[in-house]
Amino acid sequence: MALYSEKVMDHFRNPRNVGVIEDADGVGEVGNAKCGDIMKMYLKIDDDTITDVKFETFGCGSAIASSSMATELIKGQPVSDALKLTNKAVAEALDGLPDYKMHCSVLAEEAIKNALDDYYSKNPDKRKE
Amino acid sequence: MNIYADNAATTRMSRAAIDAMLPYLETEYGNPSSLHGVGQRAKEALEAARADIAAVINCTPKEIFFTSGGSESDNQAIMTAAERGRRAGKMHIVSDKIEHHAVLETLKKLKKQGFEITLLPVGQNGIVDASDVEKALRDDTCLCTVMYANNEIGTVQPVERIGAICRERGVIFHTDAVQAVGHIPVDVQACGADMLSASAHKFHGPKGVGFLYVKRGIKPERLIEGGSQERGCRAGTENVAGVVSMAAALKESAAHMKENGERLTVLRDRLIKGLSAIPHSALNGDAVKRLPSNVNFCFEGIEGESLLLLLDDKGVCASSGSACTSGSLDPSHVLLAIGRVHDVAHGSLRLTLGEDADEAQIDYIIGATAEVVSYLRGFSPVWRDLCAGKKQFIL
Repeated sequence: MALYSEKVMDHFRNPRNVGVIEDADGVGEVGNAKCGDIMKMYLKIDDDTITDVKFETFGCGSAIASSSMATELIKGQPVSDALKLTNKAVAEALDGLPDYKMHCSVLAEEAIKNALDDYYSKNPDKRKE
Repeated sequence: MNIYADNAATTRMSRAAIDAMLPYLETEYGNPSSLHGVGQRAKEALEAARADIAAVINCTPKEIFFTSGGSESDNQAIMTAAERGRRAGKMHIVSDKIEHHAVLETLKKLKKQGFEITLLPVGQNGIVDASDVEKALRDDTCLCTVMYANNEIGTVQPVERIGAICRERGVIFHTDAVQAVGHIPVDVQACGADMLSASAHKFHGPKGVGFLYVKRGIKPERLIEGGSQERGCRAGTENVAGVVSMAAALKESAAHMKENGERLTVLRDRLIKGLSAIPHSALNGDAVKRLPSNVNFCFEGIEGESLLLLLDDKGVCASSGSACTSGSLDPSHVLLAIGRVHDVAHGSLRLTLGEDADEAQIDYIIGATAEVVSYLRGFSPVWRDLCAGKKQFIL
């Protein structure tokens, strides 16, 4: 059996939404280089919808694939849906991750939430309780 | 292009090693303990292999004990010295921080049993200072175990000096020579080893077989109880085909060692030069005192596993000391021991050349590595911060 599913390898080899959004409405960064994984997410939000998303990742194959998949799952979606994204959903969309790599999907979830927190802190009026 | 550059992990079996083992699988399948002809022929083959191996490392055949490989040899050697020490009330062991896990984990077990373990540091060049060994030895030291050459960064240790120091102080000296045997000249008399471990699959023999040299006068501690094979020191029907094949592989490696070593050293240095041209990279381990086949680099701003996977896509099989490839949270203990910080140690790449390597392969590896490193840096937030001056470059 291969290390990763074909889906993981596809997202690793051809990551979607790679890059930077200079005028992002929200930016999130999680992880640290000491542990070997850092993810950075850039969000463009318009009318409570995520109109664009880009990521940069320092990390292993599953970290890159998880970032890529997470961006695909939230792009074009309402912010309220993005807030509900779980690491499990990211891993499932990738047809699974090895147990010891599940933390990569956790980082992807956290990076998005972190970016949304940043957005809300800049736009407190948008926060719906 | 397909290039297998992971020969420190394992090697392809040589034709001679395969041919040597086949008769012992097909027709000469006897048990060496059996008294009939087919059994006795197997016994003869086993003893001939023992003599061949002894000749290569310069000892007597009776000093060679067959095992299942490097890990078992390391375990048996350490337990042999430890049990002698326990009986004599000497419960201190000297080793170093860059040993293989087969050594470190055995020492960890002994520590739990009450042994005191001194793990010496290594310099930034990945080499143990023999004078540190001298200072660490005590009256109650029962063993000094220092590897011949490191499996990750290829650094060759001053075993001859360490062996001489241990001999003078009457301390048993074991060396894990798994990466050295068959690749660089190993002479147990010259290096003063009382015990030495080796593994067949590192020198084009089969997996699952190795040997332990134990100097006359030291009785190896039994790790496996049962029959009286290996002069009562290692029970279990001998792996005749594997042992015969190992001897054939070692003889062949020894016969071509000089020419292969010289040629590989030139190729290794070409590879080191080529990879050094990648910005913010650094060679791990001493540039000269290293195995002819070993190249190990750190590249700042990227992570090793993704580098390996993309190199694999380009046909280059390599290895890395990143946490993600080790299954633990920490990167390689060897890279940390030579002073590489975590951030940098995660971005390591080990290339270990085979004897079939040539200039075209080396140049291909250099090109492929440069391309992949640059690609991964292109979307690495760490690299962005380094380039923007938000973080200091380390390499």
